[in-house]
Amino acid sequence: MDLVLTTFLKMAFILAVILGLVPVLIWAERKGSAFIQDRTGPNRAGIAGIRLAGLIHPIADVLKLLFKEDVRPAGVHRVMYALAPFLVFFVSLLTYAVIPFGDYLEVGGRRIPLVVADLDVGILYVLAIASLGTYGIVMGGWASNNKYTFLGAVRSTSQMISYEISMGLALMGLLLVSQSLRLTDVVAGQGVLLWGFLPRWGVVIQPLGAILFMTAAFAETNRNPFDLPEGESELVSGYHLEYSSMKFALFFMAEYTNLVVASALIATLYFGGWNLPWLSRAVIEARAGVLLPLLLGAHVAVCALAAALYLRRASRERGKFGDGRDREPGLMAGVCILAWLAGLAAFALRPWEIGPAGASLLATVLQVGAFVGKVVFFCWFFIWVRWTLPRFRYDQLMHLGWKVMLPLALANLVVTAVVVAFV
Amino acid sequence: MNGKVHGYGGRMTLWERLYLVEIFRGLGITIRHVIRNLLHTGDLPTLQYPEERRVYSERFRGRHRLMKREDGTPRCVACMMCSTACPADCIHIVAEEHPDPAIEKAPASFEIDLLRCVYCGLCEEACPCDAIRMDTGIYDLAADSRAKFWVDKEFLLNNTTDGTR
Repeated sequence: MDLVLTTFLKMAFILAVILGLVPVLIWAERKGSAFIQDRTGPNRAGIAGIRLAGLIHPIADVLKLLFKEDVRPAGVHRVMYALAPFLVFFVSLLTYAVIPFGDYLEVGGRRIPLVVADLDVGILYVLAIASLGTYGIVMGGWASNNKYTFLGAVRSTSQMISYEISMGLALMGLLLVSQSLRLTDVVAGQGVLLWGFLPRWGVVIQPLGAILFMTAAFAETNRNPFDLPEGESELVSGYHLEYSSMKFALFFMAEYTNLVVASALIATLYFGGWNLPWLSRAVIEARAGVLLPLLLGAHVAVCALAAALYLRRASRERGKFGDGRDREPGLMAGVCILAWLAGLAAFALRPWEIGPAGASLLATVLQVGAFVGKVVFFCWFFIWVRWTLPRFRYDQLMHLGWKVMLPLALANLVVTAVVVAFV
Repeated sequence: MNGKVHGYGGRMTLWERLYLVEIFRGLGITIRHVIRNLLHTGDLPTLQYPEERRVYSERFRGRHRLMKREDGTPRCVACMMCSTACPADCIHIVAEEHPDPAIEKAPASFEIDLLRCVYCGLCEEACPCDAIRMDTGIYDLAADSRAKFWVDKEFLLNNTTDGTR
């Protein structure tokens, strides 16, 4: 019974984080691309003048999509057409089941591992589910009965086949080193130091494998420079061209959940997962009395800085718009001051006298925070790359996949195998 | 311009053909833009349009206005020069007799279809008595029906030069 309850709680946590990340990522995509191209980006939609630098825009987008007409073009394959967006979204969420987002949570002396399903064949599961993702795209593209969507689906398939091989081969190098297919083992193996100072992360011992895996992950998620299935300059918008309303929204959300999956996988396999570099669980628990006041101090400092900046803006832009938007800097400053006061008040609870249970909790929170931080960074990295690089031409894509990445992945595998066998 | 310029079909160096290094150089360029724009949001060239407006020169041709005599009646004598000159055929005038015998005619109605107007300014040039001008500076024409773009004499007489209407 406990197992069921904790599993459901973990699933709820993961779903909340991912579905919460999706609108933030859409915002980051729009704002980030705007800043890269010297534009302002979204800054209009707001609730009573509170705009949060455009963060309200995803809400407006969703409301708009909810109320739009769900057009079903003539000649579509009804069942597959309806099923495809759900399949894409569903499959994109499945992978999280095996990704550990923390070490364990100690509640009442019992240790709850922070992973939904600790499968022995975790990595194989990830690869299997990742290739399922393209089925939804193919179904959507084919069922739409449109040549552009069909071409997008075909491109998606061929791209998936080409890059899945390099991805699997790059992963095999890592498996030889970690000696396990279980993702919790892979992450735990990255928690030690190499030669006493370097974290033994996958990227340190398998740098080529990490680059190959990340490149393949870009291709698997259909992100620029590998977003040929969408290819709006040639295919209008590719496989989801004929979709509207919430069906389109599901495709759109699946793109971002796929982004989070790929980021989580990169972080888990090659960047230490939930491990904090140089701060193992034992160190955190031993020094909790120092770390917690330090963290609180940092929180207080950041809140004070943010409050000061908002106050400066409030005084500078007084009456700039002549409507509710003028209230925003003042309100944000108020929120920051409240957080600042909360941080100060927390010092009254003597954070330096934290007990062992609290220390364990602090370690878990820090590790989950480290994992989420890494995932967010790689999500930003995906967005950052998208707005930096142009799209590949189709022959360049195939050339890179078969003639560059495949031999490199094979060489990486052979060298790793030799080193593992004889050293 | 210094440094090597690679034309189409030019050979890239090995360093450039590695691609990865150049990717990171590109990433460096884009992140510099992000950081600069994050720290100096106010320096972005974007004009926040409804709040901030571009200032155009005095010669800018905006929405038309009809000039008035000192007694407040329209200066127009309904000579039809403007509607004749108009290449878009958007000015529609109905003439009537002016009560003052010294003045031959006056417009009973003077209507402009703003959606047909091409803002060429030929009506201004054609007008013999400086009755029609395009110096209001109004360029943001918006309405929720086509009928509202068909503006009449009263509307044109009340247009002002400060762009408030």
